[in-house]
Order: sequence, then C-alpha cells, then structure tokens
Amino acid sequence: MPQDTTITELNLDEYKYDFVTKGEPVFRAKKGLSEEVVRQISQHKEEPEWMLEFRLKALETYESKPMPKWGGDLSDLERVLDEIYFYVRPQDRMQHSWEDVPDEIKDTFEKLGIPEAERKILAGVGAQYESEMVYHSLRKEWEDKGVIFDSIEDGLKNHPDLFREHFATVIPAGDNKFSAMNSAVWSGGSFVYIPKGVKLDTPLQAYFRVNQERMGQFERTLIIVDEGANAHYIEGCTAPVYSTESFHSGVIEIVVKKNARFRYTTIQNWSNNMYNLVTQRAMVAEGGHMEWLDGNLGSKLTMKYPSCFLMGEGAHGEILSIAYAGDGQHQDTGGKVVHVAPHTTSSIVSKSISKGKGRATYRGLCKVYKGAHHARSNVECDALLINDTSRTDTYPYIEIDENDANVGHEASVSKIGEEQLFYLTSRGIAEDEAMAMIVRGFIEPIAKELPLEYAVELNRLIELEMEGSVG
Amino acid sequence: MSVAPILKISGLQAKVAEEELGILKGVDLEIRPGEIHAIMGPNASGKSTLAKVLAGHPGYEPTAGEVTFGGQDLFELEPDERSQAGLFLAFQYPVEIPGVSIANFLRTAVQAHMSEGQELDIFEFADMLTERMQLLEMDVAFAERHVNDGFSGGEKKRNEILQMAVLKPKLAVMDETDSGLDIDALKIVANGVNKLIEEDPEMSILLITHYQRLLNYIEPDYVHVMVGGRIVRSGGPEVALALEEEGYRTYESFEHSTNGSSPSASA
Repeated sequence: MPQDTTITELNLDEYKYDFVTKGEPVFRAKKGLSEEVVRQISQHKEEPEWMLEFRLKALETYESKPMPKWGGDLSDLERVLDEIYFYVRPQDRMQHSWEDVPDEIKDTFEKLGIPEAERKILAGVGAQYESEMVYHSLRKEWEDKGVIFDSIEDGLKNHPDLFREHFATVIPAGDNKFSAMNSAVWSGGSFVYIPKGVKLDTPLQAYFRVNQERMGQFERTLIIVDEGANAHYIEGCTAPVYSTESFHSGVIEIVVKKNARFRYTTIQNWSNNMYNLVTQRAMVAEGGHMEWLDGNLGSKLTMKYPSCFLMGEGAHGEILSIAYAGDGQHQDTGGKVVHVAPHTTSSIVSKSISKGKGRATYRGLCKVYKGAHHARSNVECDALLINDTSRTDTYPYIEIDENDANVGHEASVSKIGEEQLFYLTSRGIAEDEAMAMIVRGFIEPIAKELPLEYAVELNRLIELEMEGSVG
Repeated sequence: MSVAPILKISGLQAKVAEEELGILKGVDLEIRPGEIHAIMGPNASGKSTLAKVLAGHPGYEPTAGEVTFGGQDLFELEPDERSQAGLFLAFQYPVEIPGVSIANFLRTAVQAHMSEGQELDIFEFADMLTERMQLLEMDVAFAERHVNDGFSGGEKKRNEILQMAVLKPKLAVMDETDSGLDIDALKIVANGVNKLIEEDPEMSILLITHYQRLLNYIEPDYVHVMVGGRIVRSGGPEVALALEEEGYRTYESFEHSTNGSSPSASA
C-alpha cells in the first residue's frame, strides 16, 4: 500500500489543534511563504536584527529565482509549497500520539528492532530519549574540551560572533533557489564547533540532541572544525522518518580549517510523499580532509549533491554515497568536487539501486580551476537495477581549466543476473534473500564505512525493501 | 532387494526455455546411495544441460519424463528446496557475488538448510567452517574473500568443493569440475572430493566430464556415454577407458540415427 494514502488519512491538522499541551498557545505561521511569515519566525526566535535582514534578503532572492528545470520533476512543487506551513514550533508539532502512527511505519520499526523509546521519537510522538545519561557524560567530555554542540538557535544566541563569522559563508543564501528558501525560513539543526587540535573519538550524533528540535523541515546546520581538529558527526538514522510534512529543504555548511579532518555521515529514509532538496557543502582549507558519507532512501524526489570546495593546497575531499530508489521514487544524487588550489585530491564513489519503477540519477561535477596544478580526482559510479522497469542515468560534468590535472571517471550499470540468483538459490537460499544478499554485496564498499549499528540497520532495511521484489 | 535410488530419471526430455530446440531427448538413469556415476560425452551432447535441469536452472525447461529425488518429484521443488532436500550442483562456471564473503554466504546457506524456527549458532558455525576448511587443507582466511570475485579457476572450483563440504549433500552433481584446471589444481580438487566420499559413504556423486583424466582421481562405479541428448552406452570404468582409446567417433552413428527421428526414449 502506498504510504501517501495512510498519511493523508490521518488528517494531521486536527491533531495539531487537539493535542496541544495545556496553557501553551499554538503558534503556526500562515500557509505559504511571505514576508510576514519570515518576520514572525525571526521574532519568535528572538533573533538579532542582522539575522532578520538576512532572512528577508534571502526571501527576495528566493522569489527572484526561477524553479530549477534540471534534475527531478518539480512541476507539482509550487502547489505543494502553497499548502505547507513554513514554520511550526517544535513543541506544537509533536502532538499526535503513537496510536495515530500508521501501522506500516510501526511494522518497519518492529522489523528493524528499533527500541521502543526511539520509535516514538522517530515517529515524532516522543520527546525524551532514555539514554539521556549516556548523552550527559559525553556532553561533559565535550564541554571539557571546549567543543560546542548545540541547536542552531542556541548557537546564534550563545556564540554570536563565532556564528556570524561563519554563517552563510560556505553556502550563500543566493547559491540556489532552495538554499535561498532555507535562508529565509530556517529552523532547527545543529551548531558545532571543534576547537583547534581537539580530536574526538566518539562521533557527535545529532541523535543525542533530541530535546531540542532535531530535524526540522528547514534545518540549518553549521559546523566549524578548527585547525588540526578531528571529528565525526552523524545525522539521521536508517529508520524511516515519519514526517507529516511533504517538503524538506536543509542547508548544511561545514568549515574545515587547516589540517583538520572531518567526516559527516547521514543516512536518511524519508516517507514516500517527501520532496527532499538539500544543499550541503564543505569548504576545505590547506591540508584539510573532508568526507561525506551520504545515504538516501525513500522520498518522492531527492536532489542532493554533497560538495567539497578544496580551497587550500593539499586539501582532500571524499564523497561516498548510496541511493536507493524504490518504486515510484527518484533519487537525483551525486557529488561535487571543486579544486581551487594545487595538489588537491578528491574521490567520489556513488552506488545506486533502483527497484520497480524507481529511478536513480547520478549527477556529479568535477571542476578544476586554473592554477590547481597536480589536482587529482577520481569518480566511480555504479548502478544496480533490480527490475526491467527500473531506471538509472549518469550525468558526470567535468570542467578542467588546468593542464596539469588528472581526472578519472568510471561508471557501471549492472542488473541482478539470473545466473547470480540461480547460484545462490541452488545453495538453498530463498530468492528474496538471495536478492538482498546481492544488493548488500553491492553496497558493501560503502556500508563497511558506516558505524556498525548503522550498517546493520541499513542491511536490514534493504532486506525489507527486497521482500516481494521477486516477480 | 536393492536399496531405493536417491535419483531416478525416466525418459527425461528438456529444452532451452523460450526456444523450441530440444536438448535432452529421453534420458534414463538411476543412482543409488553411495554410488559414483560419471556421464561422459562430447561438446553439446546435453550433459551440462542435464546437470542444470536437475538443479532447476530457469533457462531450461523439462518437457517430458520424470525425475524423483529421494522418492520426491524433483520438478515440484524450487532450486532452493532442491538444495535443502540434499541436491548439490558444483558449477562449471561458478558465479561472482561481489561484496559477499564466503563465510557470510555459507552461513546464510546453512541457516536456510535448517528447519524453520531453528537458529544457527554463529560460533558453532564458525567452528564447523574452520573444521571443514582444515579437512580440505584450505587457509581459513579464504572464507573472508568475496564469493568467486577475482578468483583463479582453481580457487573457484575449490570454493565449490568447500560449499559441498559444508552443505553435505546426499547427491552432488559435479558439472565439468575438471575444466580449466591444470593437473595440480585437479589433484587438489579431486582429493577434496575423495575426503568427502570417505567421510560419508552414503553420499552419491554424478560426475559430468568431457575427459577421462578426472576419473583417474575420482573413480566411478558406473560410466555413461551421452551423445545427442541420450545415454547411448552404460557400463563400468572400462567404458571410460575405451572412450579414451577410441574417442567419441564410435558414437557418432547414434547421434545421426536420432536426428530427425521421433525423440522417444528407447535405451
């Protein structure tokens, strides 16, 4: 059964009105996007004047830019955007109850073995995470090292100078239509600062920050990794995110300073009605090292191309991505690497799986500016098709303005073969499981880079997706 | 009274799926527990097709005749069920499964062979796998490699024997296991098979081969010659030796006599 039906059947507006904590006024901006809405958001967040001005200017930019004509099908988006609320306070949003979450979602949680408390958070009906204690001890460790790990709102309030110095420097509001939209109405997300030379062994998980707004519709994340620091940040999880909204447009900015190392891991699994349009980019200074590990499942359309701008000599950027396009979904994903300085190196490894009438597009850019001599870049994209109706396309854009550069591109498309299936089934393995095994093997080079619990969840999820895929 | 056969093939005809061309034109064969049979034949005689039809390859379709395995109608079973029932096919061309380790693959297969509700203990499995690999004199690190990915011809065939050692079939059909192996690799593979035969005297084997040389290392009780989709001669090991002398030329007349005539079986 398509997820859309069950979600519409819920009539969520009703819950927003009915289940509000007593004594607290409901605040929702009007439907659609307007100056009034932007002003209300800023006022509600008690922001400084400069941020309001930034938002308003971004709104103008948003309105002046046409809808992109490339990538996925956005023809229905204007209608969707007129219907959504661009701002709902988190406390007002989480008011529907567990009983109202569709069985299909509950069933997936069950099969994934997600702990009870976690399920409620994922379904947007819980606000407390039971391992608060774990989080507190970690937070103590981080605080002692001078690490800042806050909501984006608190980042702006508590660290105004650091915030203002870096905010929108990696992704200016006018970068694209959706970064402009996010800049106008952003709400929620993380603010992270890793001080000079600090190395963190435990990944920072956005997960631990559930008390505050975790994953807004217009999340905005700003991460600053100071010179020589080393950290890993994990956002999202493989369980399906049950969201009442049908539009998600995030902006993730990362500043990697001299000789710093940073990895950003995100695995997202949206419900099938979702437009997921995200801009995420890292600016990497001399000797710095940035890795994006990006997994996209679910959604109606995802357009997301993690980028590394290699600004300083010897900077390195890596993008590993997996996209899974189920029936009726379009994953338009890939990566961008921009070589500005000499001796910069990069690699993109992209794997996509398309099932049913799913479509996976790899869209990548490798740009080498004049002067970025000895730049090296390698792109590898592999697509796996499950059915005859599945589709994949590859759009690798390569622009090289420097003679002394080495850029490689390899692409492969494979279909799960009859011989592979027969081989596995002839050993007693059922066809569904055999299919899942081939898919797991296909993504293994990326899955092995994930923290164990994420890799396990991802594998289980793919198994579930493969159920009934044998015609 | 003789023991019931593990495999009984009667009047089996088969063709390539979605094509008209018949390949098996009436095959009769009985294999009892513990027996080793060899089917020899020239290229395109149908011997590999027989192996694939038995294992349930979707590219082939049986069109007439019956096959029972342990008294059960084989064609009622899906390929995975045939394996679970104790049938094993050692592939002529083992297939690559990138990203899947041999250990993981075998663990899944062993779990699939267990009855519903039974959970494979992963430590017990690890011990069992180590023991099997030691029996075959294989390095345990081999199990961490991805299934047939980048393997040499010899490694692929050894991997087939390892799977056979782990799954302990009642009947192993070995499709041209000797092809593409040099003499040293052939000896290693044959040695492994002999150890499994020694371990389980009830296990039956159907060797499919073009050449006599494999039969120097794995000695068959019965040898059948297949030409033009039929078994045209059956006997003891002397049949193979005679073939080595005379070649398949002697049997060409059989092939011609079947061409154009009705494909009814009359062995």
